[in-house]
Amino acid sequence: MSTLEIRDLHVAVGDKEILRGVDLTVRSGETHAIMGPNGSGKSTLAYAVAGHPKYTVTSGTVLLDGEDLLDMAVDERARAGLFLAMQYPVEVPGVSVSNFLRSAITAVRGEAPKLREFAKELKSGMDALSIDPAFAQRNTNEGFSGGEKKRHEILQLELLKPKIAVLDETDSGLDVDALRVVSEGVNRFRASGDTGVLLITHYTRILRYVKPDFVHVFAGGRVVEEGGPELADKLEAEGYEAYTSKAASA
Amino acid sequence: MGLETKPLSTLHEKASYDVADFPVPTGREEEWRFTPLARLKGLHDGTAAVTGGVVVDVEAAPEVRVETVARDDARLGRTYTPADRVSAQAYSSFEKATVVTVPRMTAASRPTVITLRGSGAGAAAYGHILVSVEPMAEAVLVLDHRGSAVYADNVEFDVAEGATLKVVSLQDWDDDAVHVSHHHARLGKDATFRSFVVTLGGDLVRLSPSVSYTAPGGDADLTGLYFVDAGQHLEHRLLVDHSVPNCRSNVTYKGALQGDAAHAVWIGDVIIRAEAEGTDTYELNRNLILTDGARADSVPNLEILTGEVAGAGHASASGRLDDEHIFYLQARGIPFDEARRLVIHGFFAQLLEKIQLPELRERVLSAVEAELAR
Repeated sequence: MSTLEIRDLHVAVGDKEILRGVDLTVRSGETHAIMGPNGSGKSTLAYAVAGHPKYTVTSGTVLLDGEDLLDMAVDERARAGLFLAMQYPVEVPGVSVSNFLRSAITAVRGEAPKLREFAKELKSGMDALSIDPAFAQRNTNEGFSGGEKKRHEILQLELLKPKIAVLDETDSGLDVDALRVVSEGVNRFRASGDTGVLLITHYTRILRYVKPDFVHVFAGGRVVEEGGPELADKLEAEGYEAYTSKAASA
Repeated sequence: MGLETKPLSTLHEKASYDVADFPVPTGREEEWRFTPLARLKGLHDGTAAVTGGVVVDVEAAPEVRVETVARDDARLGRTYTPADRVSAQAYSSFEKATVVTVPRMTAASRPTVITLRGSGAGAAAYGHILVSVEPMAEAVLVLDHRGSAVYADNVEFDVAEGATLKVVSLQDWDDDAVHVSHHHARLGKDATFRSFVVTLGGDLVRLSPSVSYTAPGGDADLTGLYFVDAGQHLEHRLLVDHSVPNCRSNVTYKGALQGDAAHAVWIGDVIIRAEAEGTDTYELNRNLILTDGARADSVPNLEILTGEVAGAGHASASGRLDDEHIFYLQARGIPFDEARRLVIHGFFAQLLEKIQLPELRERVLSAVEAELAR
């Protein structure tokens, strides 16, 4: 049983305050969707929690099972059990997928997997996401299509088995087939054990495949409305207009 | 011998075997402006005392002929005329030359390794090597520079019609060594030349690889890898002179720099002369600056005198480790030092794959590892 607890989080980029007091708790077994218009600060929340150097936390706390993530380096947060599936995974020239994944698994599990077992694990992980086995020898994300990058993110999610996964617009730019494959991966992860998911999305489309327990509407750098899955249906029908005008007048 | 001038090009105008034809450089000349002359220990102004020693040891493939010859051997200096003062000084001063011959139609069954071992940086030494690969022959040559020396030399690669020569030159000197070297490859019709330069050691290394073509079909790949530490000056000056039609060249040099006053210089000159139609050339230099206080100068020059080229381009970039790369790896639990190591390995990976000799690749890899661990 794990808990990610975000309390009154304020985050700035340079002098500009982007997050203005975010409160959110994600427990294992739960799937939370964060929805909101572009520029509402959804991705900032994801990157700030993961520790990207561009974002400065000006106040608030982020606890994972009581431990303060904000005191940890980026890699320590990952080893503590946090995972961020990135919206725009970067290309890392000259570092093969296989080498990258093996290094990551070694770091997260605290010991190097046996070569044979790693190969087996990698192959079954790739099969499940319909990733061509030849990708293992390619440079990380280099020349991958948008869909291939997202599958590769979910492959990492399934291999690293974090306590809490933050998925930052994993659905954006995917065609229906890729969305289905990626969603199945997320659902396998949810079913695999005591894990929590924070799913950040602009669109309701992915929520047909990955059912959220809670929906939070983000606008102007904070959560402005919360509810169950029915809130997503309302957003589908009405869009974000009500929230953007509310945030602007706030 | 008098001064020859090549009026077609603005680059490398002078050529002479006689050191007296070149004025002592002051550091203001284009070709010397990046080099700290005071650290050349007199190689450039004739004040270097010639009592030092570099022992040349050749471990040859059985098919290959090795000779040590006197300076008046008629074969020497035919592919190349020195184009700067230190090169001319070396040509005027060496006592014995090493001549390696790969006989016609022969494929050497294993690499020929020439080890040049310096016995101290107290005094200067000069050298000359000629590698002659006869028509349709093939060989792999390793130049392994070790120890400590103040050393200037010229190395000629004469690659005849249809022949193939692959050279790995490893500058793995001790920290106080000074080395100024010219490598010139002259390619005959359909000849293939592959050069892989690895420069890691030395206080000051200035290596100038150049290529010329005597007939169409010549194909040259010049690859380089360097790792510059605090206080080191590692300079590579490339010149590819396309003077005949339908030849190809590719230059790829990559370096990493770390520490105070680590200085890398890369000059990439490519000339495509009016008669060199159908030339295909590309040159690239990348520098990865790992710490403050390190500096890379990178100057590509492409001089095109014909409109009929198959391809011509250059690229140069120097930058720091990409924060986004490091963040991505760290976000997967990989600690910073390991992430940095992976990214730097990745930076060099494509180059290292080009070293086809496994033991040598391992040696270069572990040398890079050792540099990273400093």
